[in-house]
Formats: sequence, C-alpha cells, structure tokens
Amino acid sequence: MPQDEHNGRAGVEGVNAAPSAPGVGRSAGDAIFRFLTTGAGVGLLLLIAAMAAVLWQQSALSRAKFGWGFLAHAVWNPVTENFGALGAMYGTAATTAIALLVAVPISLGIGLFLAELAPQWLRVPAGTAIELLAAVPSIVYGMWGLFVLAPIMGDVVQPWIQERFGDFFLFSGPPIGIGILSAGLVLALMILPFISSVIRDVFLMTPSALKESAYGMGATTWEVARDIMIPYGRKGIIGAITLGLGRALGETMAVTFVIGNAHELNFSLFALGNSIASTLANEFTEADGDVYLSALIELGLVLFLMTFVILSVAQIWLRRMGKREGR
Amino acid sequence: MNCRRVRRKFVNALVLFLSGVAALIGLAMLAWILTDTAFKGISAINWDFFTKLPAPPGEEHGGLANAIVGTLILTATATVMSVPFGILAGIYLAEFGRGGKLAAAVRLVADVLTSAPSIVVGVFVYLALVRPLGHFSGWAGAAALAILMLPVVTRTTEEMLNLVPDAMREAALALGAPYWRMMFQVALRAAMSGMLTGILLSVSRVAGETAPLLFTSLNSPYWAVNLNQPMPSLTVTLFNYAMSPYEEWHSLAWGAAFLITMSVLAFTILSRLWLRGVNRERS
Repeated sequence: MPQDEHNGRAGVEGVNAAPSAPGVGRSAGDAIFRFLTTGAGVGLLLLIAAMAAVLWQQSALSRAKFGWGFLAHAVWNPVTENFGALGAMYGTAATTAIALLVAVPISLGIGLFLAELAPQWLRVPAGTAIELLAAVPSIVYGMWGLFVLAPIMGDVVQPWIQERFGDFFLFSGPPIGIGILSAGLVLALMILPFISSVIRDVFLMTPSALKESAYGMGATTWEVARDIMIPYGRKGIIGAITLGLGRALGETMAVTFVIGNAHELNFSLFALGNSIASTLANEFTEADGDVYLSALIELGLVLFLMTFVILSVAQIWLRRMGKREGR
Repeated sequence: MNCRRVRRKFVNALVLFLSGVAALIGLAMLAWILTDTAFKGISAINWDFFTKLPAPPGEEHGGLANAIVGTLILTATATVMSVPFGILAGIYLAEFGRGGKLAAAVRLVADVLTSAPSIVVGVFVYLALVRPLGHFSGWAGAAALAILMLPVVTRTTEEMLNLVPDAMREAALALGAPYWRMMFQVALRAAMSGMLTGILLSVSRVAGETAPLLFTSLNSPYWAVNLNQPMPSLTVTLFNYAMSPYEEWHSLAWGAAFLITMSVLAFTILSRLWLRGVNRERS
C-alpha cells in the first residue's frame, strides 16, 4: 500500500524495520503475538488451499472417468452413471447474465437517483432502506419467487410474450412460470440492493467541486453523471458489478426454488434448467453412487474455480488500477 | 446551436426520467417482496410457532421451536469459532503485513473468500468433517458458517485498525509497552466499536444462510441441542417446507421467512444505531 506513506504511516513501518522491532526478540510476548497473528493470516491461505485440494482430490473418480469431456457434454444420468456439467454450467451462466442485464442498469438508475436526483428528505431513508434490503437472506427471495413471481410469470407474462414473439427460439416451450428466466429475475432482485447501495456510495464520493464546476459550465445533470461521476467512480462501479457477479454465480437459494431442476440443455428462456449451485443443493445428499457423488464434487470444483478466477482477476485488476490512479 | 441545446435538454430529461423509473421499479419490487413476506408470514406466527415442535403434514398446531433454537446455537457457535481467528488474522494484516507480499496474498484470499459460493463451502465441510466422522452434525454446520464469517471479520478488523492513528500506537510504545500490550490496551480498544459492528453484520448475514447447512448440519424434526447430532435450522426447515406439497407447511415456511427477515433487519438496524451512538459519544 504505497499510499500509506502519505498518510503518516511511514513511522510505524520504520519501527517495524528497525533491529529492535516488535516481535524480533525484544520480548517473548511480542514474538508469540506476532507468531499467532501471522499464523492466523497464513491459516486463511491454508483454508482456501485446503478447499481446492479436497475438492480436487475427491472428484478424482469423476475426472478420471469423464476427463475434459465433463465440461463439454450435457448428459446427467445417475442411472447409467453418465455425467456432464454443460447443462448446469449453461444454467449458471444464463441466470447470471439475465440477472446482471436486469440489475446493473436499474442499479445505476437507483444510484444516480439516490445520489443526485431524489429530494433531500428522501435520500437518507431510501438509501438506508436499500442497504437494509441487501441484508435480507437470499432464501426469502427464492421463496417469494416460487410462490409469487412464478405464477405471475406463468399466467400472465410468458403467455403475453409468446403471443407476440411465439416463434422465437428464446420463448418456446410451455409457459410454466418457473425456469431460467424466472430464476434470472429473482437473482436480479437479490443482487439489486447490493449493487445499488455500493454504486450510490461511489457516486456520493465524487468531490462536489468537480460536479459544481461542470454544472457551472452549463452541463446538464446527465452530462455531469456521464462525464464526471461515472468516470470518477469507474473503479468502484466495476467493483460493485464484479461482486454482484460473484454472488450471482454462486447463489443457491434464490435460484434453486425457481429454476425447475431439469437437466436437459434447452436454450429457451422459459425452459426448466439447473445451475451448478441448484444441482448441488438438490442432489448432494441423495447421491448414492461413488461416481455420482464424485461428479457432484467436480461440479463444485468447477464453480469454485470459476468464481475464484473471476474474483481474483477482478480484485488484482482493481488494485492495479487503484495504484495507477494514485488512490 | 439552439437545436443542440434542445437536444441536450431532451436527453437529460429522458435519462432523469428513466433513472427515476428505474429507482421506482426497483424499490417497488423490493417493497413488494417485503410486504408479501410480512402479510403471509404474520398470519403463520402464533404461540405454537415459537413453542411447539414440527408436526407431521395434515396435523395442526405444529411449530418451529427446535429450528429457532438450532439457528441460534449454530450462529453462536460459528461466531465463537471464527471471531478470534478472524481478529488475529486482521491484526496481522493491519500491523505486520503492511506492504508485504504474503499479506497481499492473504488480503486477496480474504476478499475472494468473502464472495465464495456458500454451497461450495458446504461441500468442502461435508468432505472434511461430515464424511470422515460418518454423520451430519451441528459442529459441521457451525464450521461452515464460521468459514463464511472469517474473511469478513478479518477484513473489518484490518480496516478498523487502519483507522487508528499511528500516533496512538507510538505513544503507547514510547511508554515502553510491548507491542502486544499496546495492541490490546490501545489499538484494539480504539477500533472496537467499528469491529463489533462488522462482526454483528456478519453474524446477521450467516444467520440467514441456507446453502452451507444443507449437507453439514442437515435438519431434524426433534429437539437437538447436541452439536454432535444433526441440527435443525430455520433456513433449512424453510427450504424443506416450501418445497413440500402441503399447505400448512407452506404457511409455516412463510412464518419462518418473516421471522428470519425481521430478525436480520432488526439486528442490522440495532447494530447501526449502536455504532452511531458510540461515535457520537466519542466526538
């Protein structure tokens, strides 16, 4: 953290580097203290390493039997013990994509509204309400999706869409309410409060001198948002979207209720499907064969690696960007 | 020129309108979810709900007393397991790991683990604890929740310690206090209220978790206060009940959803109010 030096941090860093620094032999207590805290830090690294190792080792059976083909075929048949992850991977990707497509524009709207447009008296309560909603457990969203949203989708929305665009492959199949589209929408609602409250915070951090000078030049509110607030908060906005993406990819309960738990690969948005997380939630305790369990563990490994890679790349990239911009 | 101004004003009005509509839609949908949960939930909540054990489908007067107690036990155990570990790791990041490569790696892993899929944590604990021991248990469920809390506690501790001015550390060290003593008597005390809020928020988050409990603590229709046995929880019970075909169970599931939502919201609001009170007292 190079910026520390500008915050008067250099002092302690200097102390740490000195020969009589804490934990370098001056007092036994300090040595123990340093050992314990460093041990806890390293423990976190070991924990994630253990997760990867256990998932890798326990999926050996499935990896040996299906090889890379596991990722490329969509058969999921416990009876013949033939398994492929493609269907679940497609379901995960499709629901996440729908969720982000719906949630990100609305979140930007909410963020802009709360930071710039809403009347003063509304800003704090509405902002707090959004933050609180981010704390509502995902299972509540999933249950609401199953009992309230799915019937409306099946009775009203899906028939309406099919009447107009019935031939289009995305909208084929019987309108039963649950399925990929409904799961994506529930997921969107779940990540919405989270993304919007972060985006609002990011917008609020724009220095008012910058905004006011733009307003002073005659810029409209939208131009200030587009040319000042969004570029200024770009890092935070991308961070918020990435975190939302990470949540959506691995979310179990909001999806499991409404996705329909079907294993065939069907590209219609109305079709039933499965995500990796919903497959695990539904089948893990029922898996009775070694290959079956091993295939489920390999699914978990795929999800783990997916989120791990996406989140690490995003974090490292954000840190680099922060360094370059001197923040 | 004039045409351009009209266009700019029009675009501005359009975007502002769209942003207002987006905010309205978003807030309305979320309000819809909450009111649905409240209306359907309140009608299911009565004395039996808090005091009785689950009843078989078709029988009336079943309650979720065991699941409520189970959730409390699991959450409390997870907190006890993760908080000391997390605080130590946070101290390492804030005090000894400034600018180091190892600390950067720990920080990255903590951030990634914060967003790690909770169901994968469940699978991991199943493989690491449940299968070797041969049975589902409350310990396994609490361990899964603890893993989810750990990175949050670590990062909150680090961030709050970073806010403590170095002058305070140096003042204590200059008086001859060993580093660990300075930490416990000065730095951690100064960071305490912020850390507590972070911990309380992460507690309320894991209290609503379902996925990591599905194959660790499992579920149980009986009283279970022994952590060596499968342990019921509100969230897993809600899942099973909502997925069942029985009307009474659906109603109980709404009751559970309402109870969880309200508890989490109340907990979140209280910890924020409390933090605000502490801050005001100090300034």
